[in-house]
Amino acid sequence: MSAAPAIEVENLVREFKKGPRAVDGIDLAVEPGEIYGFLGPNGAGKSTTVLMLTTLLPPTSGRASVGGYDIVRDGAHVRASIGAALQEAALDAILTGREHLMLQGTLQGIPRSDRARRTQELLNRVGLSEAADRRVGGYSGGMKRRLDLALALVHEPRILFLDEPTTGLDLQSRTALWAEVDRLAHEDGITVFLTTQYLEEADALADRVGIIDHGHIVAEDTPENLKAEIGYPTVEVLPADVSLGDGFASALEGFGKLVRGDDGSIAVQLPGGEAQLAEVVRALDAAGLHVASLHLHQPSLDDVFLAKTGRKLEGSSDEAEEPVEAPSRRGRRGRRGR
Amino acid sequence: MVASGLSEPHLLAQIGAVARRSVIRTIRQRGLLVFPILFPLILFAINGSALSAATKIPGFPPVSYRAFLLAVPFMQGALFVAVTAGVDLARDIESGFFNRLAMTPVRPSAMLAGQMGGPLLVAAIQSVIYLIVGIATGVGIASGVGGALVLLALSVLIAFGFAGVGTLLALRFGSGEAVQAMFPLLFVTLFLSSSSLPRNLLKVSWFHFVATYNPASYLIEGIRSLVISGWDARALALGFGFALAILVLTIGLSSLAMKNRLQRS
Repeated sequence: MSAAPAIEVENLVREFKKGPRAVDGIDLAVEPGEIYGFLGPNGAGKSTTVLMLTTLLPPTSGRASVGGYDIVRDGAHVRASIGAALQEAALDAILTGREHLMLQGTLQGIPRSDRARRTQELLNRVGLSEAADRRVGGYSGGMKRRLDLALALVHEPRILFLDEPTTGLDLQSRTALWAEVDRLAHEDGITVFLTTQYLEEADALADRVGIIDHGHIVAEDTPENLKAEIGYPTVEVLPADVSLGDGFASALEGFGKLVRGDDGSIAVQLPGGEAQLAEVVRALDAAGLHVASLHLHQPSLDDVFLAKTGRKLEGSSDEAEEPVEAPSRRGRRGRRGR
Repeated sequence: MVASGLSEPHLLAQIGAVARRSVIRTIRQRGLLVFPILFPLILFAINGSALSAATKIPGFPPVSYRAFLLAVPFMQGALFVAVTAGVDLARDIESGFFNRLAMTPVRPSAMLAGQMGGPLLVAAIQSVIYLIVGIATGVGIASGVGGALVLLALSVLIAFGFAGVGTLLALRFGSGEAVQAMFPLLFVTLFLSSSSLPRNLLKVSWFHFVATYNPASYLIEGIRSLVISGWDARALALGFGFALAILVLTIGLSSLAMKNRLQRS
């Protein structure tokens, strides 16, 4: 890509009084139209970074530009270029969805003649037309998040900051929001800076992922490269007759260190990647062993996080097991011509 | 600075939008209207009856105690307005709604002025009701219809200034609890004034001293003069003077606090 980065951060630091450095010298660059996933546990520095990049919190040191504007010197230009849905949908329970959008439209300087049209357009887009004139206090979590997203889009920003947009949402709401974010980036060309503590969210949505821990970026790359960097796929074999486990172990020990499961299964990493799966099958066949099932596991971002920080991401195990249907990475990459 | 293709929002349009929200919130939360109106009226009914013998004290103005007391509900109502204004803003700060507005090109002055919309509506409504109740219970307005209108203007001005106190605390501390904690303090300030007796009848020296230097005395006496004396230029000048001074001071400090709170880079 040749265009200037939509977001560029150099050695950004934020210190709080009597506290540690919430953000400790981070560097990153986000390309126009890219979804950048900023992944980390609670307290890692994600939201502090977003507050600085959205000009709501001055940095202690370092520099950053958003939309080509310096976040310290050109705050007004930065704010005009961005939309933001910050952590916890900050809505007024007493107002209706439509009133929120009209208020936002007025304060953003949308001409009176266009305000109602733009409001309706956004309500339709996020699927809140029917609920538009109901008070937000009666909205579900997913509806609030969708309204939050619509509010961030009122003035048609080029860059969108989403701070943990799906935290607390049910599976259906999360999937719908993912689809909308994906569409914003890959059809409308909006740059998305997305913080999340959900591994599979970063994996499903982000073109690139930065992993932040204790204020430092500990890894940054595409999800595929990050996963490839730290590990190999694992094949897990469940014998048809678990009493023959030792025979299976003998057949597989040539591939690497074996891990035996409580259910009699045997897992082994494949240093040669997926291509070695055929060798595994041939080895078992040659030994005359029958399998009940055979699974190939790709390394996950959880493995990446574990490798980079020495611990698992909070709540990641629960999330990773949910069979979420994410927007097709391959499909959207194709659309973008990557 | 606004997004390309959008016009710079006019200050009045911004104030109008923020004020509209504030008024909508007030109208839809009727509890915000009912309690501030009811509580001072209950105290007015109780004290107006229980302390009526005070009129027999030599030197007490030749009016009913109820007429003397009518100024107090206006002040108590203004205290509720202060708390309502402060708590509303503090909740916005706590919930992040304030940050949402801060992300727009809204001016600090528009935020401040707009946030006052709802509290001022409450102040206007409650002042009219106190006046109607006072007249309905036999209190005459010595300054006539014109005086009644001036009374309403003064009471709204006082409420506006008090709302500035609540707003200042909200901006300074960003906590609804901190704002609510000020209520007893303000209530005591009201008690340590000429709210129950004329200052010349406050015989306890420290009480007389405090009441003399307590601006609340002059606010009350400004309103009271219109009810019981007619057109008293000195009392009105002091009442309006202190009300304006409180307004300028609290709104000025609130403006600075708002700018700090909105200190976006």
